[in-house]
Amino acid sequence: MAQIKLDQLAHSYYPHPKGQEDYALKAMDYLWDDGRAYALLGPSGCGKTTLLNIISGLLKPSQGRILFDGEDMTMRTPEERNIAQVFQFPVIYDTMTVAQNLEFPLVNRGVDRAEVKKRVTEMLATLELSSKAGLRAQGLTADEKQKISLGRGLVRYDVNAILFDEPLTVIDPHMKWQLRTKLKELHQRFGHTMIYVTHDQTEALTFADKVVVMYEGQVVQIGTPEELFERPAHTFVGYFIGSPGMNILPCELRGYYAVVAGHPVVLGADYQKVSGSRVELGIRPEFVRFVRAGEQGLPVTIDAVDDVGRHRIAKVRLGGHLLNVIVPEGQEIGATDHRVVLDSNKIGIYVNDHRLQPIRFRHGAGASA
Amino acid sequence: MTVKPVNQKAWLLVLPVLLIVALNAIIPLMTVVNYSLQDTFSPGVFFYEGTKWYQDVLSSPRFHGALGRQFLFTGIILLIEIPLGVAVALAMPRKGPWVSVCLVLMALPLLIPWNVVGAMWNIFALPDIGLLGYGLNWLGFDYNYTQQPVAAWFTVVLMDVWHWTSLVVLLAYAGLSSIPDAYYQAAKIDGASAFAVLRYIQLPKMKRVLIIALLLRFMDSFMIYTEPFVLTGGGPGNSTTFLSIDLVKAAIGEFNLGIAAAMSILYFLMTLLVCWVFYTAMMRGDES
Repeated sequence: MAQIKLDQLAHSYYPHPKGQEDYALKAMDYLWDDGRAYALLGPSGCGKTTLLNIISGLLKPSQGRILFDGEDMTMRTPEERNIAQVFQFPVIYDTMTVAQNLEFPLVNRGVDRAEVKKRVTEMLATLELSSKAGLRAQGLTADEKQKISLGRGLVRYDVNAILFDEPLTVIDPHMKWQLRTKLKELHQRFGHTMIYVTHDQTEALTFADKVVVMYEGQVVQIGTPEELFERPAHTFVGYFIGSPGMNILPCELRGYYAVVAGHPVVLGADYQKVSGSRVELGIRPEFVRFVRAGEQGLPVTIDAVDDVGRHRIAKVRLGGHLLNVIVPEGQEIGATDHRVVLDSNKIGIYVNDHRLQPIRFRHGAGASA
Repeated sequence: MTVKPVNQKAWLLVLPVLLIVALNAIIPLMTVVNYSLQDTFSPGVFFYEGTKWYQDVLSSPRFHGALGRQFLFTGIILLIEIPLGVAVALAMPRKGPWVSVCLVLMALPLLIPWNVVGAMWNIFALPDIGLLGYGLNWLGFDYNYTQQPVAAWFTVVLMDVWHWTSLVVLLAYAGLSSIPDAYYQAAKIDGASAFAVLRYIQLPKMKRVLIIALLLRFMDSFMIYTEPFVLTGGGPGNSTTFLSIDLVKAAIGEFNLGIAAAMSILYFLMTLLVCWVFYTAMMRGDES
């Protein structure tokens, strides 16, 4: 178990990277606390797997260092780092039995027979594979094979960290939920540092203490699920987390209010003047609502309304901009004269995609910033 | 109960294939069966002989000798070519510009016509002018494949290894290339040694192509004719007379049609039997 530190770490798959765009992973400094569960979340190709393989030692970074509890591990092999990693597709040793598969990493490390037997028996029970222990691993279903892959990582409970690279991709939905619960359970029991790569936000948000959102080779935000939802640090986080994602509208900043498509929108805080940059206003669909009769609001036209079960999602147009509005169950959408209001405390201002810190908050909105 | 309509039209569709197979396999084979059961003294005059030719062949020391040499030869080249082929495939680069260079070099021996291979080695191994033969003698070995049975065997085996190991290499390499990277990464994470990677990942994943390689090499080497015929002509003496060479001698050299036909049938059945045994044994190992 260890704290993992990335020190000016960057990686390019080209031998002589020319510019920033040649880097799969742009220079980063981060600290991963011992014993926490992290989820690395981002779209395909954003560098998640690259970062994971660098941490495990399968890949040597082009620059920078990686430290475990202060000790430089950059040039060490995965074995020396004592890391377990589970891959996207099940990797099993075909000719071995289920039990032998689980023994393999322990036997390779010279753990004594009695201890191996104890741990494997325990792991088989945890994975609910006890009845299949003596079967050849080859004939099992994809679910079971992936459980074996997981088991080979988890059976070594003295590891520094366990890394998961989208481990539940091939698993049936109901098993997914079960296995995720199991992983959380094991995390609570053994307290390993766990890093879990995924592009599925539900998986990330339910698994992790902290979610690390990556975009184009950079970490754009590290935070609790709540922080990512309430205060995305980057427009990508707003857009990627939530369903549907955050509404991003181009605006002009005028101190305590912003102008969107010619209409003033009151903000929850005062902002400094910004010039020469792209300024946008971000608001989650959960915090936009249709006005009640007689109330003031921004005039919109409705394109479509989707019923997604618990609520409806109205796709509306404000000036030229598209906007999603979540309409809670039971609330009516009027026939004509549609207007919406944005909850000013929940509005974020983004300059060149990064969240702008306000100068000061107004009417008690400070708590949410 | 409903009765399934019987549609006999399917037979019509199978007919073309049956015709082709009949023309190129069944009819020639039946002709051979015919010859193996009859004797002839002049064209068109045949006498039924029953199993006489089979009894003659099976009790002939000459056939026993050729069969023994055949199994020995096939055994030796399989023992060399399969492990050597796997070893070369493991040593070949997995990516980069050298891959295609290696593949082309490997494919070269396979592209040379068989009688040319025989002729090449015939000259290459000559003790007075051949590079190999002259070189060996210069190094102090008394080597003359035209007179020494051991030297002749050495040359025939070496020629076959040179000619056919590439096939095993290419098949094994194809098997290796199909192993996903994740397996090697997982093995690294699990702390597996290079031997364990070979034993638990590479060999199991190569198993199917290796079965194919083994079958192909068995059948080809069991039926080998051209190369040793051109290289040694079956000599010195009968020391490199394998089954096919013996068969051709009986059929064309001595015009013993009955004996040759009986040998052909036995030969065919043996190849079929051994292949079947190989195949089922290995496939059974696969299922359990």
